[in-house]
Amino acid sequence: MSTEFHQPSEIQRGRTAYRRRQTIRSVLLAALSTAVVGVLLAVAVTGAPGWDRVKLSFFSPDVAVEWLPEILEGLWLNVRLLVVCAVLALGLGLLIATLRTLRGPVFFPVRALATGYTYTFRGLPLIIVIYLMAFGVPGLRLQGTPGVLVLGGAALIITYGAYLAEVFRAGIESVHPSQLAAARSLGLTYRQTMRHVVLPQAIRRVAPPLLNDTVALQKDVGLVSLAGPIDAVRAAQIGVAQDANYTPYIVAGVLFVLLALPLIGVTDWVTLRAARRQSAGS
Amino acid sequence: MVSRNTLAALSSAAVLLTALAGCAPADESGPSAGASASPSGAACATGALDTQTAGKLTIGTDNPAYEPWFKDNKPNNGQGFESAVAYQVAERLGYPAQNVVWAQVTFNNAIAPGPKTFDFDINQFSITPERKKAVDFSSPYYLVRQTVITTKGSKIAGAKTLAELKSAKLGAQVGTTSYQAVNEIIKPDAKAQVYNNNDDAKAALVNGTVDGIVVDLPTAFYMTAAELDNGVIVGQLPQVGVPEQFGLVLDLDSPLTGCVTQAVDQLRQDGTLAVLEKQWLASTGGAPELS
Repeated sequence: MSTEFHQPSEIQRGRTAYRRRQTIRSVLLAALSTAVVGVLLAVAVTGAPGWDRVKLSFFSPDVAVEWLPEILEGLWLNVRLLVVCAVLALGLGLLIATLRTLRGPVFFPVRALATGYTYTFRGLPLIIVIYLMAFGVPGLRLQGTPGVLVLGGAALIITYGAYLAEVFRAGIESVHPSQLAAARSLGLTYRQTMRHVVLPQAIRRVAPPLLNDTVALQKDVGLVSLAGPIDAVRAAQIGVAQDANYTPYIVAGVLFVLLALPLIGVTDWVTLRAARRQSAGS
Repeated sequence: MVSRNTLAALSSAAVLLTALAGCAPADESGPSAGASASPSGAACATGALDTQTAGKLTIGTDNPAYEPWFKDNKPNNGQGFESAVAYQVAERLGYPAQNVVWAQVTFNNAIAPGPKTFDFDINQFSITPERKKAVDFSSPYYLVRQTVITTKGSKIAGAKTLAELKSAKLGAQVGTTSYQAVNEIIKPDAKAQVYNNNDDAKAALVNGTVDGIVVDLPTAFYMTAAELDNGVIVGQLPQVGVPEQFGLVLDLDSPLTGCVTQAVDQLRQDGTLAVLEKQWLASTGGAPELS
Protein backbone atom coordinates (compact mmCIF):
# COMPACT_ATOMS: atom_id res chain seq x y z
CA MET A 1 0.00 0.00 0.00
CA SER A 2 1.73 3.23 -1.12
CA THR A 3 1.20 6.22 1.16
CA GLU A 4 2.15 8.93 -1.30
CA PHE A 5 -0.64 11.27 -2.47
CA HIS A 6 -2.20 10.01 -5.66
CA GLN A 7 -2.64 12.66 -8.34
CA PRO A 8 -4.70 11.69 -11.41
CA SER A 9 -3.10 12.56 -14.73
CA GLU A 10 -4.08 15.61 -16.78
CA ILE A 11 -5.96 13.41 -19.25
CA GLN A 12 -7.81 11.60 -16.45
CA ARG A 13 -8.88 14.93 -14.90
CA GLY A 14 -10.11 16.09 -18.28
CA ARG A 15 -12.08 12.89 -18.62
CA THR A 16 -13.66 13.34 -15.20
CA ALA A 17 -14.64 16.94 -15.94
CA TYR A 18 -16.11 15.94 -19.29
CA ARG A 19 -18.13 13.17 -17.68
CA ARG A 20 -19.42 15.54 -15.02
CA ARG A 21 -20.50 18.02 -17.68
CA GLN A 22 -22.24 15.24 -19.58
CA THR A 23 -24.05 14.14 -16.44
CA ILE A 24 -25.26 17.66 -15.65
CA ARG A 25 -26.39 18.13 -19.22
CA SER A 26 -28.36 14.88 -19.30
CA VAL A 27 -30.01 15.63 -15.94
CA LEU A 28 -31.08 19.06 -17.19
CA LEU A 29 -32.40 17.60 -20.41
CA ALA A 30 -34.34 14.94 -18.49
CA ALA A 31 -35.86 17.59 -16.22
CA LEU A 32 -36.87 19.71 -19.20
CA SER A 33 -38.51 16.84 -21.10
CA THR A 34 -40.30 15.72 -17.89
CA ALA A 35 -41.64 19.23 -17.40
CA VAL A 36 -42.92 19.33 -20.98
CA VAL A 37 -44.64 15.96 -20.69
CA GLY A 38 -46.12 16.89 -17.32
CA VAL A 39 -47.52 20.16 -18.62
CA LEU A 40 -49.02 18.41 -21.63
CA LEU A 41 -50.68 15.78 -19.41
CA ALA A 42 -52.01 18.39 -17.00
CA VAL A 43 -53.44 20.43 -19.85
CA ALA A 44 -55.00 17.36 -21.44
CA VAL A 45 -56.68 16.21 -18.21
CA THR A 46 -57.74 19.52 -16.73
CA GLY A 47 -58.75 20.87 -20.13
CA ALA A 48 -61.17 18.02 -20.73
CA PRO A 49 -64.83 19.08 -20.83
CA GLY A 50 -65.80 16.82 -17.94
CA TRP A 51 -62.86 17.69 -15.70
CA ASP A 52 -64.90 19.73 -13.24
CA ARG A 53 -67.28 16.88 -12.62
CA VAL A 54 -64.46 14.36 -12.30
CA LYS A 55 -62.59 16.65 -9.93
CA LEU A 56 -65.69 16.94 -7.78
CA SER A 57 -66.36 13.22 -7.58
CA PHE A 58 -62.81 11.82 -7.53
CA PHE A 59 -60.62 14.52 -6.01
CA SER A 60 -62.69 16.20 -3.33
CA PRO A 61 -60.40 17.26 -0.44
CA ASP A 62 -63.25 17.47 2.09
CA VAL A 63 -64.34 13.90 1.43
CA ALA A 64 -60.73 12.72 1.50
CA VAL A 65 -60.14 14.29 4.92
CA GLU A 66 -63.44 12.92 6.21
CA TRP A 67 -62.65 9.31 5.38
CA LEU A 68 -58.87 9.26 5.85
CA PRO A 69 -58.98 8.04 9.49
CA GLU A 70 -61.23 5.09 8.63
CA ILE A 71 -59.12 4.18 5.61
CA LEU A 72 -55.91 4.37 7.64
CA GLU A 73 -57.45 2.13 10.27
CA GLY A 74 -58.27 -0.34 7.52
CA LEU A 75 -54.77 -0.03 6.10
CA TRP A 76 -53.30 -0.97 9.47
CA LEU A 77 -55.15 -4.27 9.14
CA ASN A 78 -53.71 -4.68 5.63
CA VAL A 79 -50.18 -4.07 6.90
CA ARG A 80 -50.41 -6.52 9.79
CA LEU A 81 -51.94 -9.16 7.58
CA LEU A 82 -49.32 -8.56 4.89
CA VAL A 83 -46.38 -9.03 7.25
CA VAL A 84 -47.73 -12.24 8.77
CA CYS A 85 -48.93 -13.71 5.47
CA ALA A 86 -45.75 -12.82 3.58
CA VAL A 87 -43.50 -14.48 6.15
CA LEU A 88 -45.63 -17.61 6.43
CA ALA A 89 -46.21 -17.88 2.67
CA LEU A 90 -42.45 -17.62 2.01
CA GLY A 91 -41.86 -20.36 4.58
CA LEU A 92 -44.53 -22.58 3.10
CA GLY A 93 -43.27 -21.99 -0.44
CA LEU A 94 -39.74 -22.93 0.53
CA LEU A 95 -40.95 -26.08 2.25
CA ILE A 96 -43.06 -27.19 -0.73
CA ALA A 97 -40.26 -26.43 -3.18
CA THR A 98 -37.84 -28.51 -1.13
CA LEU A 99 -40.32 -31.38 -1.05
CA ARG A 100 -40.83 -31.15 -4.80
CA THR A 101 -37.12 -31.40 -5.49
CA LEU A 102 -36.49 -34.43 -3.26
CA ARG A 103 -34.79 -37.24 -5.10
CA GLY A 104 -35.40 -40.96 -4.99
CA PRO A 105 -38.39 -43.21 -5.70
CA VAL A 106 -39.31 -43.43 -1.99
CA PHE A 107 -40.36 -39.80 -1.99
CA PHE A 108 -42.69 -40.11 -4.98
CA PRO A 109 -45.92 -39.60 -2.94
CA VAL A 110 -44.44 -36.52 -1.27
CA ARG A 111 -43.40 -35.10 -4.64
CA ALA A 112 -46.80 -35.91 -6.13
CA LEU A 113 -48.64 -34.23 -3.26
CA ALA A 114 -46.47 -31.12 -3.46
CA THR A 115 -46.92 -30.94 -7.23
CA GLY A 116 -50.67 -31.41 -6.94
CA TYR A 117 -50.81 -28.65 -4.35
CA THR A 118 -48.97 -26.12 -6.50
CA TYR A 119 -51.05 -26.99 -9.55
CA THR A 120 -54.34 -26.69 -7.67
CA PHE A 121 -53.75 -23.51 -5.77
CA ARG A 122 -52.13 -21.64 -8.61
CA GLY A 123 -55.20 -22.41 -10.70
CA LEU A 124 -57.85 -21.78 -8.05
CA PRO A 125 -59.04 -18.16 -7.85
CA LEU A 126 -58.11 -16.60 -4.53
CA ILE A 127 -61.65 -15.39 -3.88
CA ILE A 128 -62.93 -18.95 -3.94
CA VAL A 129 -60.23 -20.09 -1.52
CA ILE A 130 -61.17 -17.25 0.82
CA TYR A 131 -64.86 -18.15 0.63
CA LEU A 132 -64.07 -21.79 1.37
CA MET A 133 -61.88 -20.92 4.32
CA ALA A 134 -63.79 -18.03 5.83
CA PHE A 135 -67.35 -19.23 5.23
CA GLY A 136 -66.91 -22.98 4.85
CA VAL A 137 -64.62 -23.82 7.74
CA PRO A 138 -66.63 -22.02 10.47
CA GLY A 139 -69.68 -23.89 9.20
CA LEU A 140 -68.11 -27.11 10.41
CA ARG A 141 -68.73 -25.83 13.95
CA LEU A 142 -65.49 -27.31 15.24
CA GLN A 143 -64.28 -26.44 18.71
CA GLY A 144 -61.60 -23.77 18.65
CA THR A 145 -62.19 -22.56 15.10
CA PRO A 146 -60.11 -19.38 14.73
CA GLY A 147 -61.64 -16.08 13.66
CA VAL A 148 -62.36 -15.19 10.05
CA LEU A 149 -59.28 -13.01 9.93
CA VAL A 150 -57.03 -15.97 10.68
CA LEU A 151 -58.92 -18.17 8.23
CA GLY A 152 -58.75 -15.55 5.50
CA GLY A 153 -55.04 -15.16 6.19
CA ALA A 154 -54.65 -18.92 5.88
CA ALA A 155 -56.34 -18.78 2.46
CA LEU A 156 -53.83 -16.15 1.35
CA ILE A 157 -50.90 -18.15 2.69
CA ILE A 158 -52.04 -21.32 0.93
CA THR A 159 -52.57 -19.56 -2.41
CA TYR A 160 -49.41 -17.49 -2.37
CA GLY A 161 -47.40 -20.39 -0.94
CA ALA A 162 -48.14 -22.23 -4.19
CA TYR A 163 -46.83 -19.35 -6.33
CA LEU A 164 -43.75 -18.85 -4.20
CA ALA A 165 -43.03 -22.59 -4.16
CA GLU A 166 -42.69 -22.52 -7.93
CA VAL A 167 -40.36 -19.53 -7.75
CA PHE A 168 -38.19 -21.30 -5.18
CA ARG A 169 -38.16 -24.46 -7.28
CA ALA A 170 -37.00 -22.53 -10.32
CA GLY A 171 -34.19 -21.17 -8.18
CA ILE A 172 -33.22 -24.58 -6.85
CA GLU A 173 -33.19 -26.12 -10.33
CA SER A 174 -31.14 -23.27 -11.71
CA VAL A 175 -28.18 -24.22 -9.48
CA HIS A 176 -25.78 -26.13 -11.66
CA PRO A 177 -25.61 -29.90 -10.97
CA SER A 178 -21.83 -29.64 -10.66
CA GLN A 179 -22.34 -27.68 -7.44
CA LEU A 180 -24.33 -30.55 -6.00
CA ALA A 181 -21.80 -33.09 -7.21
CA ALA A 182 -18.94 -31.11 -5.72
CA ALA A 183 -20.71 -30.78 -2.39
CA ARG A 184 -21.53 -34.48 -2.22
CA SER A 185 -17.96 -35.42 -3.16
CA LEU A 186 -16.76 -33.32 -0.24
CA GLY A 187 -18.81 -35.64 1.95
CA LEU A 188 -21.76 -33.37 2.72
CA THR A 189 -25.08 -35.13 3.21
CA TYR A 190 -28.01 -34.27 0.93
CA ARG A 191 -29.49 -32.10 3.65
CA GLN A 192 -26.22 -30.27 4.26
CA THR A 193 -25.78 -29.79 0.52
CA MET A 194 -29.21 -28.20 0.25
CA ARG A 195 -28.71 -26.08 3.34
CA HIS A 196 -25.20 -24.77 2.65
CA VAL A 197 -24.70 -24.98 -1.10
CA VAL A 198 -27.93 -25.07 -3.11
CA LEU A 199 -30.47 -22.97 -1.21
CA PRO A 200 -28.25 -19.92 -0.58
CA GLN A 201 -27.53 -19.65 -4.29
CA ALA A 202 -31.11 -20.45 -5.27
CA ILE A 203 -32.72 -17.88 -3.00
CA ARG A 204 -30.27 -15.18 -4.00
CA ARG A 205 -31.08 -15.85 -7.63
CA VAL A 206 -34.85 -15.65 -7.27
CA ALA A 207 -35.00 -12.80 -4.74
CA PRO A 208 -36.47 -10.33 -7.27
CA PRO A 209 -39.44 -12.52 -8.33
CA LEU A 210 -40.05 -13.45 -4.67
CA LEU A 211 -40.29 -9.80 -3.70
CA ASN A 212 -42.44 -9.18 -6.76
CA ASP A 213 -44.94 -11.76 -5.56
CA THR A 214 -44.87 -10.14 -2.13
CA VAL A 215 -45.86 -6.82 -3.73
CA ALA A 216 -48.75 -8.62 -5.43
CA LEU A 217 -49.74 -10.17 -2.11
CA GLN A 218 -49.93 -6.70 -0.59
CA LYS A 219 -52.88 -5.87 -2.84
CA ASP A 220 -54.58 -9.21 -2.38
CA VAL A 221 -54.63 -9.20 1.43
CA GLY A 222 -57.57 -6.79 1.13
CA LEU A 223 -59.71 -9.61 -0.24
CA VAL A 224 -60.02 -10.90 3.31
CA SER A 225 -62.64 -8.17 3.69
CA LEU A 226 -65.02 -10.56 1.89
CA ALA A 227 -65.33 -12.35 5.20
CA GLY A 228 -66.30 -9.28 7.19
CA PRO A 229 -63.22 -7.45 8.51
CA ILE A 230 -62.83 -3.90 7.23
CA ASP A 231 -59.61 -3.25 5.31
CA ALA A 232 -58.56 -0.06 3.56
CA VAL A 233 -60.45 -0.71 0.33
CA ARG A 234 -63.57 -1.76 2.22
CA ALA A 235 -63.41 1.36 4.38
CA ALA A 236 -63.11 3.38 1.19
CA GLN A 237 -66.08 1.53 -0.31
CA ILE A 238 -68.18 2.41 2.72
CA GLY A 239 -67.18 6.03 2.29
CA VAL A 240 -68.04 5.94 -1.40
CA ALA A 241 -71.44 4.44 -0.64
CA GLN A 242 -72.26 7.01 2.02
CA ASP A 243 -71.07 10.13 0.23
CA ALA A 244 -71.78 9.09 -3.37
CA ASN A 245 -68.26 10.31 -4.15
CA TYR A 246 -65.29 8.27 -5.35
CA THR A 247 -62.58 10.21 -3.56
CA PRO A 248 -62.11 7.56 -0.81
CA TYR A 249 -61.04 5.05 -3.47
CA ILE A 250 -58.40 7.49 -4.70
CA VAL A 251 -57.21 8.02 -1.12
CA ALA A 252 -56.94 4.27 -0.58
CA GLY A 253 -55.15 3.85 -3.93
CA VAL A 254 -52.57 6.49 -3.04
CA LEU A 255 -51.98 4.90 0.36
CA PHE A 256 -51.46 1.51 -1.25
CA VAL A 257 -48.90 2.91 -3.67
CA LEU A 258 -47.08 4.60 -0.78
CA LEU A 259 -47.12 1.31 1.10
CA ALA A 260 -45.71 -0.54 -1.91
CA LEU A 261 -42.90 1.94 -2.59
CA PRO A 262 -40.44 0.67 0.03
CA LEU A 263 -40.97 -2.93 -1.01
CA ILE A 264 -40.56 -2.07 -4.69
CA GLY A 265 -37.44 -0.07 -3.83
CA VAL A 266 -35.96 -3.05 -2.02
CA THR A 267 -36.80 -5.28 -5.00
CA ASP A 268 -35.04 -2.94 -7.41
CA TRP A 269 -32.02 -2.66 -5.17
CA VAL A 270 -31.73 -6.44 -4.76
CA THR A 271 -32.07 -6.95 -8.51
CA LEU A 272 -29.43 -4.37 -9.23
CA ARG A 273 -27.06 -5.86 -6.67
CA ALA A 274 -27.53 -9.35 -8.10
CA ALA A 275 -26.88 -8.06 -11.62
CA ARG A 276 -23.69 -6.30 -10.45
CA ARG A 277 -22.47 -9.45 -8.71
CA GLN A 278 -23.13 -11.64 -11.70
CA SER A 279 -21.34 -9.32 -14.08
CA ALA A 280 -18.50 -8.63 -11.63
CA GLY A 281 -15.12 -8.88 -13.23
CA SER A 282 -16.44 -8.36 -16.73
CA MET B 1 -136.52 23.23 -32.36
CA VAL B 2 -134.28 20.87 -30.48
CA SER B 3 -136.27 18.70 -28.12
CA ARG B 4 -135.08 17.87 -24.66
CA ASN B 5 -134.66 14.25 -25.78
CA THR B 6 -132.20 15.20 -28.46
CA LEU B 7 -130.18 17.13 -25.91
CA ALA B 8 -130.16 14.13 -23.60
CA ALA B 9 -129.16 11.85 -26.44
CA LEU B 10 -126.41 14.20 -27.50
CA SER B 11 -125.04 14.56 -24.02
CA SER B 12 -125.12 10.82 -23.38
CA ALA B 13 -123.35 10.30 -26.70
CA ALA B 14 -120.72 12.74 -25.54
CA VAL B 15 -120.32 10.84 -22.28
CA LEU B 16 -120.03 7.58 -24.22
CA LEU B 17 -117.39 9.09 -26.46
CA THR B 18 -115.32 10.27 -23.55
CA ALA B 19 -115.69 6.88 -21.93
CA LEU B 20 -114.49 5.27 -25.16
CA ALA B 21 -111.60 7.68 -25.28
CA GLY B 22 -110.82 6.66 -21.74
CA CYS B 23 -110.73 3.01 -22.82
CA ALA B 24 -108.37 3.73 -25.69
CA PRO B 25 -105.12 1.77 -25.61
CA ALA B 26 -102.55 3.33 -23.34
CA ASP B 27 -99.95 3.82 -26.03
CA GLU B 28 -102.20 6.32 -27.79
CA SER B 29 -101.03 9.42 -26.07
CA GLY B 30 -104.29 10.88 -24.93
CA PRO B 31 -104.45 14.00 -22.86
CA SER B 32 -103.60 12.91 -19.35
CA ALA B 33 -106.10 14.61 -17.15
CA GLY B 34 -103.57 16.21 -14.85
CA ALA B 35 -102.86 12.91 -13.16
CA SER B 36 -99.83 14.01 -11.27
CA ALA B 37 -101.34 17.31 -10.31
CA SER B 38 -102.87 17.18 -6.89
CA PRO B 39 -106.60 17.10 -7.53
CA SER B 40 -109.18 19.12 -5.72
CA GLY B 41 -111.55 17.22 -3.45
CA ALA B 42 -114.28 17.44 -6.07
CA ALA B 43 -112.21 15.48 -8.60
CA CYS B 44 -112.13 12.48 -6.32
CA ALA B 45 -115.81 11.67 -6.46
CA THR B 46 -116.40 9.29 -3.61
CA GLY B 47 -117.01 5.78 -4.89
CA ALA B 48 -117.37 6.96 -8.48
CA LEU B 49 -113.84 7.13 -9.77
CA ASP B 50 -112.79 6.22 -13.29
CA THR B 51 -111.92 2.65 -12.29
CA GLN B 52 -111.43 -0.52 -14.34
CA THR B 53 -114.93 -1.71 -13.44
CA ALA B 54 -117.45 0.99 -12.69
CA GLY B 55 -118.38 1.05 -9.03
CA LYS B 56 -115.67 -1.43 -8.09
CA LEU B 57 -112.07 -0.88 -7.08
CA THR B 58 -109.66 -3.49 -8.47
CA ILE B 59 -106.53 -3.99 -6.37
CA GLY B 60 -103.66 -6.10 -7.66
CA THR B 61 -101.13 -8.16 -5.77
CA ASP B 62 -98.93 -11.18 -6.44
CA ASN B 63 -99.79 -14.78 -5.69
CA PRO B 64 -98.57 -16.12 -3.29
CA ALA B 65 -99.01 -13.15 -1.01
CA TYR B 66 -96.64 -13.53 1.91
CA GLU B 67 -96.99 -12.85 5.59
CA PRO B 68 -96.87 -10.43 7.32
CA TRP B 69 -98.07 -8.37 4.37
CA PHE B 70 -101.04 -10.68 3.80
CA LYS B 71 -102.40 -13.56 5.79
CA ASP B 72 -103.07 -17.12 4.58
CA ASN B 73 -102.45 -15.95 0.99
CA LYS B 74 -105.94 -14.36 1.05
CA PRO B 75 -105.65 -10.66 0.24
CA ASN B 76 -109.41 -10.24 0.60
CA ASN B 77 -109.55 -11.07 4.32
CA GLY B 78 -108.28 -7.65 5.37
CA GLN B 79 -105.55 -9.24 7.47
CA GLY B 80 -101.87 -8.54 7.15
CA PHE B 81 -100.34 -5.08 6.80
CA GLU B 82 -100.81 -4.50 3.09
CA SER B 83 -104.28 -5.99 2.94
CA ALA B 84 -105.33 -3.74 5.80
CA VAL B 85 -103.76 -0.71 4.13
CA ALA B 86 -105.45 -1.55 0.82
CA TYR B 87 -108.89 -1.72 2.44
CA GLN B 88 -108.29 1.53 4.32
CA VAL B 89 -107.30 3.29 1.09
CA ALA B 90 -110.38 1.85 -0.65
CA GLU B 91 -112.54 3.08 2.22
CA ARG B 92 -111.11 6.58 1.86
CA LEU B 93 -111.84 6.54 -1.85
CA GLY B 94 -115.44 5.57 -1.08
CA TYR B 95 -115.27 1.87 -1.88
CA PRO B 96 -116.33 -0.23 1.11
CA ALA B 97 -115.01 -3.77 1.36
CA GLN B 98 -117.78 -5.33 -0.72
CA ASN B 99 -116.83 -3.12 -3.68
CA VAL B 100 -113.17 -4.14 -3.63
CA VAL B 101 -112.03 -6.77 -6.14
CA TRP B 102 -108.58 -8.39 -5.97
CA ALA B 103 -106.59 -9.20 -9.10
CA GLN B 104 -103.61 -11.54 -9.33
CA VAL B 105 -100.73 -9.64 -10.86
CA THR B 106 -97.13 -10.83 -10.80
CA PHE B 107 -94.58 -8.44 -9.40
CA ASN B 108 -92.89 -7.87 -12.76
CA ASN B 109 -96.12 -7.32 -14.67
CA ALA B 110 -97.27 -4.71 -12.20
CA ILE B 111 -94.11 -2.70 -12.66
CA ALA B 112 -93.83 -3.10 -16.44
CA PRO B 113 -95.13 -0.41 -18.78
CA GLY B 114 -98.30 -1.22 -20.67
CA PRO B 115 -102.00 -1.53 -19.89
CA LYS B 116 -102.93 -2.59 -16.39
CA THR B 117 -105.64 -4.88 -15.11
CA PHE B 118 -105.86 -3.14 -11.72
CA ASP B 119 -106.62 0.30 -10.38
CA PHE B 120 -103.72 0.11 -8.00
CA ASP B 121 -101.28 -2.63 -6.97
CA ILE B 122 -99.90 -3.21 -3.47
CA ASN B 123 -96.90 -5.52 -3.32
CA GLN B 124 -94.00 -4.01 -1.33
CA PHE B 125 -92.93 -1.85 -4.25
CA SER B 126 -90.04 0.45 -3.44
CA ILE B 127 -90.39 3.84 -5.06
CA THR B 128 -87.43 4.40 -7.40
CA PRO B 129 -86.80 6.99 -10.13
CA GLU B 130 -86.33 4.20 -12.72
CA ARG B 131 -89.69 2.67 -11.90
CA LYS B 132 -91.35 6.07 -11.95
CA LYS B 133 -90.64 6.16 -15.67
CA ALA B 134 -92.81 3.10 -16.21
CA VAL B 135 -95.58 3.46 -13.63
CA ASP B 136 -97.15 5.97 -11.26
CA PHE B 137 -96.63 5.70 -7.52
CA SER B 138 -98.86 6.97 -4.76
CA SER B 139 -97.17 8.71 -1.85
CA PRO B 140 -95.42 6.19 0.43
CA TYR B 141 -97.61 4.14 2.75
CA TYR B 142 -94.64 2.55 4.52
CA LEU B 143 -91.06 3.56 5.29
CA VAL B 144 -88.89 0.46 5.53
CA ARG B 145 -87.35 -0.10 8.95
CA GLN B 146 -84.05 -1.82 9.66
CA THR B 147 -84.31 -5.04 11.64
CA VAL B 148 -81.92 -7.20 13.63
CA ILE B 149 -82.18 -10.93 13.01
CA THR B 150 -80.35 -13.84 14.56
CA THR B 151 -80.70 -17.59 15.07
CA LYS B 152 -82.33 -19.49 17.93
CA GLY B 153 -80.03 -19.91 20.89
CA SER B 154 -77.91 -16.89 20.05
CA LYS B 155 -77.06 -14.63 22.97
CA ILE B 156 -79.13 -11.78 21.53
CA ALA B 157 -82.17 -13.87 20.58
CA GLY B 158 -84.10 -12.49 23.54
CA ALA B 159 -82.88 -8.91 23.41
CA LYS B 160 -85.57 -6.31 24.04
CA THR B 161 -83.54 -3.10 24.04
CA LEU B 162 -80.75 -1.55 22.00
CA ALA B 163 -78.48 -1.67 25.04
CA GLU B 164 -78.58 -5.46 25.01
CA LEU B 165 -77.17 -5.45 21.47
CA LYS B 166 -74.13 -3.34 22.35
CA SER B 167 -71.92 -6.27 23.28
CA ALA B 168 -72.96 -8.36 20.26
CA LYS B 169 -70.93 -8.95 17.12
CA LEU B 170 -73.12 -7.68 14.29
CA GLY B 171 -72.85 -7.76 10.50
CA ALA B 172 -74.49 -5.98 7.58
CA GLN B 173 -74.14 -5.49 3.85
CA VAL B 174 -71.71 -2.82 2.72
CA GLY B 175 -73.08 0.55 1.64
CA THR B 176 -76.60 -0.04 2.94
CA THR B 177 -78.84 1.72 5.40
CA SER B 178 -78.53 -1.47 7.46
CA TYR B 179 -74.82 -0.87 7.95
CA GLN B 180 -75.56 2.74 8.84
CA ALA B 181 -78.09 1.54 11.41
CA VAL B 182 -75.50 -0.67 13.12
CA ASN B 183 -73.02 2.18 13.47
CA GLU B 184 -75.38 5.04 14.23
CA ILE B 185 -78.10 3.41 16.30
CA ILE B 186 -76.71 0.30 17.96
CA LYS B 187 -73.06 1.48 18.09
CA PRO B 188 -71.73 -1.96 19.11
CA ASP B 189 -68.50 -2.28 21.09
CA ALA B 190 -66.95 -4.57 18.51
CA LYS B 191 -66.55 -3.18 14.99
CA ALA B 192 -69.37 -4.25 12.69
CA GLN B 193 -68.53 -6.91 10.14
CA VAL B 194 -69.19 -5.88 6.55
CA TYR B 195 -70.25 -8.19 3.72
CA ASN B 196 -70.56 -7.87 -0.02
CA ASN B 197 -74.18 -8.97 0.05
CA ASN B 198 -76.86 -10.27 2.36
CA ASP B 199 -76.14 -13.87 1.40
CA ASP B 200 -72.62 -13.60 2.80
CA ALA B 201 -73.96 -11.92 5.92
CA LYS B 202 -76.49 -14.72 6.31
CA ALA B 203 -73.76 -17.36 5.89
CA ALA B 204 -71.73 -15.66 8.62
CA LEU B 205 -74.78 -15.69 10.88
CA VAL B 206 -75.39 -19.40 10.25
CA ASN B 207 -71.70 -20.15 10.90
CA GLY B 208 -71.81 -18.26 14.16
CA THR B 209 -69.14 -15.83 12.97
CA VAL B 210 -71.50 -13.02 13.99
CA ASP B 211 -74.23 -12.96 16.63
CA GLY B 212 -76.75 -11.14 14.47
CA ILE B 213 -77.15 -9.28 11.19
CA VAL B 214 -79.11 -6.18 10.28
CA VAL B 215 -81.32 -6.23 7.17
CA ASP B 216 -84.41 -4.32 6.16
CA LEU B 217 -87.72 -5.55 7.49
CA PRO B 218 -89.05 -7.27 4.34
CA THR B 219 -85.75 -9.11 3.97
CA ALA B 220 -85.85 -9.99 7.66
CA PHE B 221 -89.28 -11.59 7.31
CA TYR B 222 -88.22 -13.46 4.18
CA MET B 223 -84.92 -14.66 5.65
CA THR B 224 -86.38 -15.87 8.94
CA ALA B 225 -89.33 -17.54 7.23
CA ALA B 226 -87.80 -19.07 4.13
CA GLU B 227 -84.02 -19.01 4.22
CA LEU B 228 -82.88 -19.66 7.77
CA ASP B 229 -83.67 -22.93 9.52
CA ASN B 230 -84.05 -21.34 12.92
CA GLY B 231 -84.05 -17.63 12.22
CA VAL B 232 -85.43 -15.22 14.78
CA ILE B 233 -86.36 -11.58 14.39
CA VAL B 234 -84.92 -9.70 17.34
CA GLY B 235 -86.68 -6.45 16.55
CA GLN B 236 -86.99 -3.27 14.51
CA LEU B 237 -84.57 -0.40 14.95
CA PRO B 238 -85.54 3.27 15.01
CA GLN B 239 -85.52 4.97 11.61
CA VAL B 240 -82.13 6.04 10.25
CA GLY B 241 -80.68 7.47 7.06
CA VAL B 242 -82.82 7.59 3.94
CA PRO B 243 -85.25 4.68 4.25
CA GLU B 244 -86.75 2.86 1.30
CA GLN B 245 -90.37 3.79 0.69
CA PHE B 246 -93.18 1.51 -0.37
CA GLY B 247 -95.80 3.03 -2.66
CA LEU B 248 -98.97 1.85 -4.37
CA VAL B 249 -98.40 1.24 -8.08
CA LEU B 250 -100.75 2.72 -10.66
CA ASP B 251 -100.72 2.84 -14.42
CA LEU B 252 -98.53 5.58 -15.84
CA ASP B 253 -100.50 8.84 -15.84
CA SER B 254 -103.49 7.09 -14.31
CA PRO B 255 -106.36 9.45 -13.51
CA LEU B 256 -106.50 7.91 -10.03
CA THR B 257 -102.94 8.69 -8.90
CA GLY B 258 -103.89 12.00 -7.34
CA CYS B 259 -106.88 10.63 -5.47
CA VAL B 260 -105.01 7.54 -4.21
CA THR B 261 -102.11 9.69 -3.05
CA GLN B 262 -104.56 11.94 -1.25
CA ALA B 263 -106.09 8.92 0.49
CA VAL B 264 -102.66 7.61 1.57
CA ASP B 265 -101.67 11.07 2.82
CA GLN B 266 -104.83 11.27 4.93
CA LEU B 267 -104.16 7.82 6.40
CA ARG B 268 -100.61 8.84 7.28
CA GLN B 269 -101.71 12.14 8.84
CA ASP B 270 -104.45 10.70 11.02
CA GLY B 271 -102.11 7.98 12.30
CA THR B 272 -103.96 5.04 10.74
CA LEU B 273 -100.82 3.80 8.97
CA ALA B 274 -98.80 3.89 12.19
CA VAL B 275 -101.49 1.90 13.98
CA LEU B 276 -101.61 -0.71 11.20
CA GLU B 277 -97.80 -0.95 11.20
CA LYS B 278 -97.75 -1.62 14.93
CA GLN B 279 -100.59 -4.11 14.67
CA TRP B 280 -99.46 -6.18 11.70
CA LEU B 281 -95.68 -5.87 11.68
CA ALA B 282 -94.61 -5.33 15.28
CA SER B 283 -97.05 -7.48 17.22
CA THR B 284 -98.65 -10.03 14.89
CA GLY B 285 -95.68 -10.15 12.52
CA GLY B 286 -93.29 -10.65 15.39
CA ALA B 287 -90.90 -7.78 14.83
CA PRO B 288 -91.11 -5.83 18.10
CA GLU B 289 -89.64 -2.36 18.30
CA LEU B 290 -86.28 -2.04 20.05
CA SER B 291 -85.72 1.16 21.95
